[in-house]
Amino acid sequence: MLQKIKNEIVESQIFKSVFRHGYPDNDLDRAYAIFSSVFLHIHPVKVRRSALRMRYTFCLGGITLFLFIILAVTGIWLMFYYTPYTGLAYRNIKDLQFVIFGGNLMRDLHRFAAHGMVLFVWLHMTRVFLTGAYKAPREFNWVVGVVLLVNTLVLSWTGYLLPWDQLAYWAVTVGAKMASYTPLIGQNGPWGPQLGFLPTNDIMFMLLGGTVVGQNALIRFYVLHCVVLPLVVTVFLAVHFWRIRKDGFSGPL
Amino acid sequence: MDEKVTREIFPRDSRKSYGLVELMKKTAPIVKKEPEDTVYVWPNLLMIEIICAILVTVGLMVLIQFEHAPLRSLADPSTTPNPMRAPWYFLGLQELLVYFDPWYAGVVLPGMIIVGLMLFPYLDVNPKGVGYYTYSERKFALFNYSFGFAIWWITIIIGTYLRGLDWQWYWPWSNHLEHMNPALVTLIPLHLIFVNWFHVSEGVGKLFGDIIFIGYFALGTIIPMIVWKPMYKAMGLWRYLTFSFFFLSMMGVALKIVLRLLFNVKYVLVTPWINI
Repeated sequence: MLQKIKNEIVESQIFKSVFRHGYPDNDLDRAYAIFSSVFLHIHPVKVRRSALRMRYTFCLGGITLFLFIILAVTGIWLMFYYTPYTGLAYRNIKDLQFVIFGGNLMRDLHRFAAHGMVLFVWLHMTRVFLTGAYKAPREFNWVVGVVLLVNTLVLSWTGYLLPWDQLAYWAVTVGAKMASYTPLIGQNGPWGPQLGFLPTNDIMFMLLGGTVVGQNALIRFYVLHCVVLPLVVTVFLAVHFWRIRKDGFSGPL
Repeated sequence: MDEKVTREIFPRDSRKSYGLVELMKKTAPIVKKEPEDTVYVWPNLLMIEIICAILVTVGLMVLIQFEHAPLRSLADPSTTPNPMRAPWYFLGLQELLVYFDPWYAGVVLPGMIIVGLMLFPYLDVNPKGVGYYTYSERKFALFNYSFGFAIWWITIIIGTYLRGLDWQWYWPWSNHLEHMNPALVTLIPLHLIFVNWFHVSEGVGKLFGDIIFIGYFALGTIIPMIVWKPMYKAMGLWRYLTFSFFFLSMMGVALKIVLRLLFNVKYVLVTPWINI
């Protein structure tokens, strides 16, 4: 009976038009299932048995990607309720906490997935290091990985400002203050003042759009956090995965 | 036939739009392994990925039952919290502000960490240890990675648990509500120590500091070149110099932490423009 229903479905015109292959219960359709899907074709059709060993990869890179997906989904959800305006931002978060259905759930998920992503990026990097997977011919993919690590940290940091509470305000103030100490282009950095950099034109001013953390800083961090950096991460992720396929998996032969 | 032989017989030619992929003596699509032991990604790998995703989701769901995203009072530019802590992953850098000036701890050092990490595959010339966990075949590489991240994590732990009001050192059993007397610790630049010890002028004291600073990098570069000649030969001059600079800088961070915590040394190198 179930078999009959299944056959009805997988042999229907709709199923075939969507998936363009039969149900993957044989080797041919298993191959088609991977390489005719835009989402799955990031995988090879077949992998070495040893590449599946959990004690080699511990799935750390995959978990990092999954956390990034959770962050994208919960982040977009949160954007519906958030206004990047200093007079409203904090109240929006309060609403998420006390008024909006599922607000706490989404905010907590976003927060801890972000912590988790930082942690798992580091764990993944450590795994890659310990197995020597960064060595030739995979040197460049390690470099891409470091770019992704830095992007993860900057994403976390820009997101830190958005709730507009004391924690956010002062953590970003301290961080932005660091930028003013940049040699050559910061007002407080070595050779900065000599080169004509003042509080109104140096790198910190560029970062904050002002001399202190205010409305301009909030909108800058908001756009960076919600649009620019996720796009950058996505592009580098694509390169990262592409290069795994091109350079080959490092695992035991 | 390995790749080199193939390239010799059929050299790559930019005038041709086609190329021979590879010549092999085997019948399997994977070299150096027979019989072929590959499996289909559907369902073998996809199942693992789905299980991982479910476990992560469950883990997060359990976690947020016990811990919630923090929200303090509304941002107030006129009230500075004390102590003011960066997010945990930046606490290491914040802690380094105790030991170095902000231009170094907050800007140059993070930049060097990023560049150093990126250069690692190009500086590590040891071909062994790809694709499996090993300590004995790559002791030195592992030492470098572990040492760097030991500093990273230890400073994070110090910043999280051992720093209190005014970013002073508080033990877990200290009274965290009472301000410490900052006069208890007086930081002195190294050259003033020399001035006191040897009764030389301040200029000569600074010269000693410069000599120690430059000597550290010069000797730290030259001595391994002579003692570990095979390593130097394997790396080549420029790769070795790059590695040496990053290695000594990393060790220098640890040395400076020790000098500061045990001997209250503020600066080693003192110049009119920068102090380290």
